[in-house]
Amino acid sequence: MSGMSGRSAVEVVRRWRGPGDVVITTMGTARDWMAGPMTPLDVVLVPSSMGQATSLGLGIALAQPTRRVVVLNGDGSLLMNLGSLVTIAAAGADNLVVVVFANGVYEITGAQPVPGVGVVDWVAMAGAAGIRSAERIETLEAWEREAPRVLAGPGPTLVSLTIEPEAALAGVGPRSPGPAAARGRALREALTGG
Amino acid sequence: MFSTPQIVAALVRLEVTHVVSVPDSTIGPWESGIAAAGIRLIRVCREGEAWAVAMGLHLGGATPVVMIQCTGLFESGDALRNVLHDWQVPIFAIIGYRSYLNQETLPGDTCLVFTEPVLDAWKVDYRLLTRPDQADQIVEHALACRAAGRAGAIVVAEGKA
Repeated sequence: MSGMSGRSAVEVVRRWRGPGDVVITTMGTARDWMAGPMTPLDVVLVPSSMGQATSLGLGIALAQPTRRVVVLNGDGSLLMNLGSLVTIAAAGADNLVVVVFANGVYEITGAQPVPGVGVVDWVAMAGAAGIRSAERIETLEAWEREAPRVLAGPGPTLVSLTIEPEAALAGVGPRSPGPAAARGRALREALTGG
Repeated sequence: MFSTPQIVAALVRLEVTHVVSVPDSTIGPWESGIAAAGIRLIRVCREGEAWAVAMGLHLGGATPVVMIQCTGLFESGDALRNVLHDWQVPIFAIIGYRSYLNQETLPGDTCLVFTEPVLDAWKVDYRLLTRPDQADQIVEHALACRAAGRAGAIVVAEGKA
């Protein structure tokens, strides 16, 4: 195990995201993201349709090509929408970064193992899908060191973080931060200026 | 049913910027005309992706349309629910109604059983178009939905599977 917790990995993103970057969180990453300061460009995809964070990120990235869009996704969520990697690559969204929090479990439902845990190779899968930049980072120290480069480099990018599940968070899901429709309208205003 | 120029004219009049699509044998032939009109075509791998991609496009200031077959509508229910109802994003869709005009290829196609009940179940404000001379209703219905700030769909009768 790497010792990298999801919460610590999220904080690295918070520290290195650019001021105009959109950050999308869902499931466990949404829970951890909401524990810190938020900005108008944060999208807490709660409630969600599980797996759709990458697709949402692609849409924003295509509509806002001058902004960086960073999606903090779980491995279980990405398994549910694997084709989105191919869609992202085919669409050429070079401003999109998918950060996979690979903890091997469905954390918020009680830490049941995801299919293929220990076998699925996210870097290989992303490369085979046509994602330009794909890499695995296994320690918090390495993530802290590499995050500025990974988050700012030409994409589309997938970075797989090896996350150690936290027993205390098993079964702890995110709470909605407020009515989704109003949050969506506010985001659109923030992105388009009105 | 509808010709490529009819569909493209409607999309242009609606100032659509992106078409998010999985093709079928009716929708697919429209693609080249859509691209030639300068509308970006986003091909997704499954229809469930389409709603979330369109949501992102809309939130980012673009004007997308989802274009899928009714079988893709069946596949994408939870994504549609989240985008159209949880987040209330007013996405407009063009949905092909497989086998509506004939069932020579798929006799007894159950798309005829489920398409409209599924649209009703998901509370999608749709209009079923079955004749080429109804093309004006695409724009009319889309603009009505847009003015009301709600999602909607045109359901296009298809003649083959």
